[in-house]
Amino acid sequence: MIEGLATDNQVTLGLVMILLAPLAIAGVALVNTGLGRSRSAAQALLGNAVLIAVAVIVFALVGASFSGALGGGHVALNVAGKSWNLLGLGPVALSGFGKSEVPAQLRLLLEIFAVAFAVIIPWGSGADRLRLAAGCAAAAVMAALIFPLAAYWIWSDGWLATLGKNFGLGTGFLDPGGAATIHALGGITALVTVWIVGPRRGKFPREGLSTAMPGHNAVYVVFGSFLALVGWMAWNVAGAVTWMGTGYVLIQTALNTLLSASGALAATVALTSVRFGKPDASLCSNGWLAGLVASSASAALVGPLGALFIGIVAGAITPLVVELLELALAIDDPSGAITSHAAGALWGLFAAGIFAPGHNQLLAQVVGIAALLGVFLPLVYLLFAILNKIVPFRVDPDGERMGMDLHELGGGAYPEFVIHRDESYR
Amino acid sequence: MKYAGLLVMPAGLFLVLAALVLFPDGPARGGFAACGLAVEVLGLVVTIRGNMPAREAHR
Repeated sequence: MIEGLATDNQVTLGLVMILLAPLAIAGVALVNTGLGRSRSAAQALLGNAVLIAVAVIVFALVGASFSGALGGGHVALNVAGKSWNLLGLGPVALSGFGKSEVPAQLRLLLEIFAVAFAVIIPWGSGADRLRLAAGCAAAAVMAALIFPLAAYWIWSDGWLATLGKNFGLGTGFLDPGGAATIHALGGITALVTVWIVGPRRGKFPREGLSTAMPGHNAVYVVFGSFLALVGWMAWNVAGAVTWMGTGYVLIQTALNTLLSASGALAATVALTSVRFGKPDASLCSNGWLAGLVASSASAALVGPLGALFIGIVAGAITPLVVELLELALAIDDPSGAITSHAAGALWGLFAAGIFAPGHNQLLAQVVGIAALLGVFLPLVYLLFAILNKIVPFRVDPDGERMGMDLHELGGGAYPEFVIHRDESYR
Repeated sequence: MKYAGLLVMPAGLFLVLAALVLFPDGPARGGFAACGLAVEVLGLVVTIRGNMPAREAHR
């Protein structure tokens, strides 16, 4: 696929799009911050930046050699007469980066941004009680092992990417925009993080429904979604250039991203208006993000009407999944990352199989989804459970009562404003 | 219970992979793979159920 980057123009376009893509990361960081409480806002936003720094360094030093971005050997199993490529074994610490081919350099740059994106998704779900040190440790584990494994399987010549060659399943598992490697992986990690760190204090009282703890700044949340929209269009185009290398589909990829996001937002606004009488800003932003996430899998592969339909479904399921997680399953996810990233990505990957051309493409997508749930969820759970014994994830009760800003940073984000005490939520 | 669910999920994946290896192209392959995915979902449900916090556990 990478061989498609034939001309200098394509390389330039790919580089420009990749450099615009971090706007999506900035947008999601702002959404994470706005959906948390005001007394943890500075820790939340600074934490996003610190986690990105840790992930970039660890991936550059360790993870990149396993992701196969710069080529090299691999670990493979031969089963049933087929080669199952499991792990890349490339150069360590980016040695030889300057001498590698330009397309490989572009691919590595996109992977570095991808790992930076993946690690901030669980950070939002652990808002208001996840310690910064634990977030950094989790980001390091993700960047060193979990993300490179997924990136090799899906974006390099791993067993999921070669499903088409080995088993006649379309063109293998397709994920040009990172719905699986970034969003499904990030969402699954968010779910595990929430399980390990537990719900916020007072979230699930002894009697009655769960306590509503609305985000402290809807403007951050909605503006973060705007930023994400711009970055996502660039990201999906960058993914299409980097992994598919075709020229004509790029404009349609950007259009499909916009259509998917718009359909999702419209669906969430309509559904929350019917359900609650008025649209809800945080749910609508999560629906918008879910449409963008779903487009990551499919924008480069489907037509405009298909993209619109995929977005509408992603937006429609968002408020339903949020309610299911909070009210029925007692999962406290302040940023809604499990819904917008995990559920949105899984739907997008499945829908790509329905709408994308290619014989047996749907089965290839099902196998990819099965691998995400069957390998990465247990793996992340095991690694994070061990990590929690070494670096406790949850802040102590005094720290949670005080707020993460005062406890971890020594100063609040809004020193001139009155901060709500816990009792105001009861 | 949550650990049992976590073990069931990879078992579901092995069913999906077995479908690819054992069946040639056809509806049986898709059906078997769908069953494997259903097993994974079952494991996920068990894991979620096992991780549900007791009310007031974190107050």
